[in-house]
Amino acid sequence: MSAVLEQIFQVGFLAAIIRIATPLAFATLGEMFSERAGVLNLGIEGIMLLSAMTGFTATSLSGSLWLGVLVAVLTGMLMGALHALFTAALGLSQHVCGIGVTLFSSGLAYFLYRLIFGQQSVPPNIKGFETLPIPVLSDIPVLGPAVFNQFSLVYMAMLAIPLAAFVLYRTPWGLSVRMVGENPRAADSAGVSVIATRFQAVILGGALMGLAGAFLSMAQFNAFTFGVVSGRGWVAIALVVFGRWDPWRSAGAALLFAFVDALQLRMQASGLGHIPYEAFLMLPFIFTIVAMAVMSRNAVAPSALLKPFRREER
Amino acid sequence: MPTPAPLIEMRGITKSFGAVKANEAVDLSVAPGEILGLLGENGAGKTTLMNVLFGAYAPDAGEILIQGKPVRITSSADALAAGIGMVHQHFHLAPRLTVLENLLIGIPGKAGRIDRAGGLARLAEIGRQHGLTLDPDLAVSALSVGEQQRLEIVKALFRGARLLILDEPTAVLAPTEVDGLFSALRSMAAQGLGIIFISHKLNEVRALTHRCTVLRHGRVAGRVDDPANTTSAAMAQLMCGHEIVPPARGASTPGADVLTLDGISTSQHSGTALRGVSLAVRAGEILGIAGVSGNGQRALAEVISGVRAPDAGQMTIAGQNVSRFSPREVQALGLGRIPEDRMTTGLVTNLPLADSMVLPRIGTAAFSAKGLLKPDAIRAFAEAQIKAYDIRCPGPMTRAGALSGGNLQKALLARELAFDPKVLIVSQPTRGLDIGAARFIHEKFLDMRAKGCGIIVIGEDLEELLVLCDRIAVMYEGRIVGTLDSADATIARLGLMMTGAEGHS
Repeated sequence: MSAVLEQIFQVGFLAAIIRIATPLAFATLGEMFSERAGVLNLGIEGIMLLSAMTGFTATSLSGSLWLGVLVAVLTGMLMGALHALFTAALGLSQHVCGIGVTLFSSGLAYFLYRLIFGQQSVPPNIKGFETLPIPVLSDIPVLGPAVFNQFSLVYMAMLAIPLAAFVLYRTPWGLSVRMVGENPRAADSAGVSVIATRFQAVILGGALMGLAGAFLSMAQFNAFTFGVVSGRGWVAIALVVFGRWDPWRSAGAALLFAFVDALQLRMQASGLGHIPYEAFLMLPFIFTIVAMAVMSRNAVAPSALLKPFRREER
Repeated sequence: MPTPAPLIEMRGITKSFGAVKANEAVDLSVAPGEILGLLGENGAGKTTLMNVLFGAYAPDAGEILIQGKPVRITSSADALAAGIGMVHQHFHLAPRLTVLENLLIGIPGKAGRIDRAGGLARLAEIGRQHGLTLDPDLAVSALSVGEQQRLEIVKALFRGARLLILDEPTAVLAPTEVDGLFSALRSMAAQGLGIIFISHKLNEVRALTHRCTVLRHGRVAGRVDDPANTTSAAMAQLMCGHEIVPPARGASTPGADVLTLDGISTSQHSGTALRGVSLAVRAGEILGIAGVSGNGQRALAEVISGVRAPDAGQMTIAGQNVSRFSPREVQALGLGRIPEDRMTTGLVTNLPLADSMVLPRIGTAAFSAKGLLKPDAIRAFAEAQIKAYDIRCPGPMTRAGALSGGNLQKALLARELAFDPKVLIVSQPTRGLDIGAARFIHEKFLDMRAKGCGIIVIGEDLEELLVLCDRIAVMYEGRIVGTLDSADATIARLGLMMTGAEGHS
């Protein structure tokens, strides 16, 4: 047993956690911004998939990785704007529209991918991001190679967490987002446009979801497959609740989920072969369900979440 | 005293919603340092007029002048920029954000960041000027209702309001808090602010305002230049267009106890718990429960109606121990209940009115048989009540939420009284209703009293309780601090007991 444990807990394990956590952190922060403004974005799964596809395609055609990232981010913003149009401007059901955005985006991603690449026996690859060791820091024993020898998108995620907290808690715009998510009427009577603020928050959220998609197809797998997102968007929605709509806690939740996911990957590979691998695959999701059941009892959602705002109501 | 130029003037404001003229050629003006009372029954157009002034509605005709210059106000942002602040009846605050965050919303930051230091300085300055102090880092949910209202006023001043509109500000306050509000308002007026004070309560209007404008059916029905020396009856007549005589509560000879509570205690579940409450209501008697809201009234109403089981103590209806009875069981014994919140615990707002009117008795033989509803019986019952109580609505299948407050209250009353309750418990029976509707409700209570029903009225409006009740018990922190015969009770004495001072019965 100790041999198994030793095999699991090594430097590579820590690095894997960080890598798995990165797209989840982007997606979770994105969903959090949207929900803090009062808009549940169930389009997240599809937005990540479509962004993964457009980013991959742009890189594949142009050869530029950063152009691919930009295209993925723009894709996320566009789909965010679509969701905001339905939910914030038109005040339609957030559940229905979110699922609609996911179905539409997924279908569009498959369709465009087939249109551009045709049906190939071996899916096309790109030369994805390479790890970028940070001088000095990456020489720290254990922690250095795991944390500071990563893709540049990983560093972006690390910076995005404090930045998101700063924007949300310290800037007038962040205050508007929180107010719009708690009591839109109060924001409106203070001269803050509820609809514009919701648009901005959902579009920013979409940009972050786009980054999550870009990471998957351009750093983690270096290819686009139809299963590239495989439920990570749905997990992010749970992690937002788990993280109580706070950037730091949400990122922590992403890290915890990544830990369980990395653990099950290692367990699959570690000679516990008599257990079917599907059992290990279930672990992170069982963890999510248990964690949600425990944590969400005390979680208080933004008061105006799911509630459309209309001005001249009489 | 020379009249200064008006701070704000509304000329010929007309606003229609479909065929309904909510405002028609309304003129109104407020001078600096003046407190103007805006009076009118529900639906008279006060709220519409103020929404026009605050930019929520665009008027169909008419103009608004600020210090003699015409302005166009099309949004609340315009109104704020023009120096108009509004304290709505339902506060526009985010409970989970702090006091300071609620103040700083919509205010540009400094170098991209929230200007915390500037906000604190401004808050302290307003505190000094008007005696309105608040802890900036407390979450709004931790504030009392009075403090939340203070925050709303501070919010308006924070934005540089020179005209403050208050929509029925005293409806949510205890008598002591009302005094505090009035002295703050007087201080603001003394410093040159204009104030529009909207209220139903004529004694408050007479005590506070310098001048009144009275609206009726969307038009200006009259103006009162010296409210302090005008009788309430005269003002009420302006509002209603006819004389209002308060219902006379004749002598009654109460019978045996119909409902008793003996040492009832509850656990702290939500709100204040009850701590050994004992009281009795006799047949043909109205017992008032006075107290600042949040002192256990909700728990009391819930225990009596069977929604919450007491931890200790005994409750009886007509001599039978009902301490652990369910709502349906106490109802079957003849308890009628009109809850405090019409919209959430009274009716199902998205269902037809008829369904809401039979909901508590849906399982009885009158409305269902063999597990199936009797839609015709339900409809017929609702139609009969709509007629008997003059509930203004298109019909029994109207969505309940579409009715006005007064009509909803009539519907709730009809629903309970149709079954001749032995005991009736009502909370805040006339909150938000106008004089006419309140008068109707009061008459019905007195009718029931004459028929031998024991009625408990939980309320905050002491004048109402004094008119209506035979005895008044005062609640404070989950206890009954004393019970007075209404002949011995005065507002001053009840007000003192509401702060916890012991009374003598």
